[in-house]
Amino acid sequence: MRGLIESTLIFLIGDAQAERMVPPTGYTVRLTVFAAAAMAFLATFALAFSMATGRLADKWTSDLSRSATIRIAASAEQALAQRDAVLAVLQTTPGVQSFRVIEAEEQQDLLAPWFGEALSLDLLPVPTLIEIVERPSGFDAQNLQFRLAAEAPGAVFDTHRRWRQPLVNAANRLKVMGWVALGLILATLAVVVTLAAQSALAANNQVIKVMRLIGARDSYIALAFVRRFTLRGLLGAVLGVVAGVIALLAMPAAGGPAGYLTGLAPSGASWLWPALIPLITAVIAFFATRRAARRTLRSLP
Amino acid sequence: MIEFQNVTYGYGGATLLDEVSFSLPQGSFHFLTGPSGSGKTTLIKLCYAALQAHAGQVRLFGKDTASLDRDGVAFLRRNVGVVHQDCQFLDHLSVAENIALPTVVSGQKGARTAANLTDLLAWVGLNDVANALPPSLSGGERQRAALARALINAPDVILADEPTGNVDWDMSQRLLKLLVELNKMGKTVLLATHDMALIRAAKTQVQSRVLRIQAKQVWLAGADL
Repeated sequence: MRGLIESTLIFLIGDAQAERMVPPTGYTVRLTVFAAAAMAFLATFALAFSMATGRLADKWTSDLSRSATIRIAASAEQALAQRDAVLAVLQTTPGVQSFRVIEAEEQQDLLAPWFGEALSLDLLPVPTLIEIVERPSGFDAQNLQFRLAAEAPGAVFDTHRRWRQPLVNAANRLKVMGWVALGLILATLAVVVTLAAQSALAANNQVIKVMRLIGARDSYIALAFVRRFTLRGLLGAVLGVVAGVIALLAMPAAGGPAGYLTGLAPSGASWLWPALIPLITAVIAFFATRRAARRTLRSLP
Repeated sequence: MIEFQNVTYGYGGATLLDEVSFSLPQGSFHFLTGPSGSGKTTLIKLCYAALQAHAGQVRLFGKDTASLDRDGVAFLRRNVGVVHQDCQFLDHLSVAENIALPTVVSGQKGARTAANLTDLLAWVGLNDVANALPPSLSGGERQRAALARALINAPDVILADEPTGNVDWDMSQRLLKLLVELNKMGKTVLLATHDMALIRAAKTQVQSRVLRIQAKQVWLAGADL
């Protein structure tokens, strides 16, 4: 471990004289820094997107998985009796932690986004709703459904699974797509750095020739290029991530009354993840350039 | 020090050197001559493993150069000073930095290296242009800078390929004098040239021998040169 730290420090500090052997080439400098910055910017968004969809899936799963609803659609005369029957059934159902009748005011609030604040429930045949929260051990939904059918024929039992599961599946797929996008972005970065390094190596054929003439080992020559491209990649990625984070902070905060949507920006310790992008970029640039340098040097007589 | 045993080399199927054998003892001074295209540069390159013989064996410091890997060749070159006609500098570095390059790649640092550089610059008369870039130098200055670079690591062998090819007679004499001085310090010198006048001029300064490439062979030339 100590050796690795020492090697890393030597690599980062570098040899000023050795570094100067490779002439600065403005075109490849700008190309590499810009490509790394652009890719890091996109990677920051892909990462944030993936984390946000992950949070969304978790939220939908945790918020709704332990809840269910019973809807009583019956005539006004029967509604009250069926409600009491349902409540009696729920009281004797193992695994039910709590249940409550959703009051008229609350129903009005729930319908307000669609029908407006001035809605009067007297004008609409709104069913009675009962919310159930189950214990972590859960209850036997099928058994409850049978009992409800017998005691309150107008009661419709809804575990939310029908519409919740596709949403959770979609959110999880989006999360995977975010990671795939991140992987493609980093792979593209490796390709761009490799091409830039190959271009620089080809442009510096004479430098390589002279360095070999005076007794430079190929690993020494390669290191001069590798260090330069790694540091360029790191610089570009830092700039890209900073720009990406600023853009994330500038995005409007999502949320809403239902709380099912979350903002794209990471929260809490998740902010540390984008900080890894420059390090990953530097590692990619290091290995991409080293591979390109070794291949080029092997091909030269 | 340098030994060729039945060395054959050619380009594109055409043989340039055919089973060439000779040896250069330590501390000797040899001229290598022959018509243009006869293989002088090829032979010099074979000496420091820039080329590998197609057949036969090239031994430098007792080692078969064909048996060395790339790192081995690199270490070997640190003990060989090579001067080319085209000098081969890094044009973005100053003259002093170019001369110091071999010490950089071999990891030498410190006051002694700096002192060696200062002494070398003075010895080859380039103090005034130490901070200049190579493209601004004259032909003679470039050759002296290349010679200084070849010497910074105090190599035992100096291989010079037409170092006087682009300079006037006075500068040729000056370069020859520097090489003769090195030989008197015990360095083995192999100097490729087609300049017979230079070879004759050297006879009064150093005990030298002449290798002539002719008909794909290397011959020890007669005293009539």
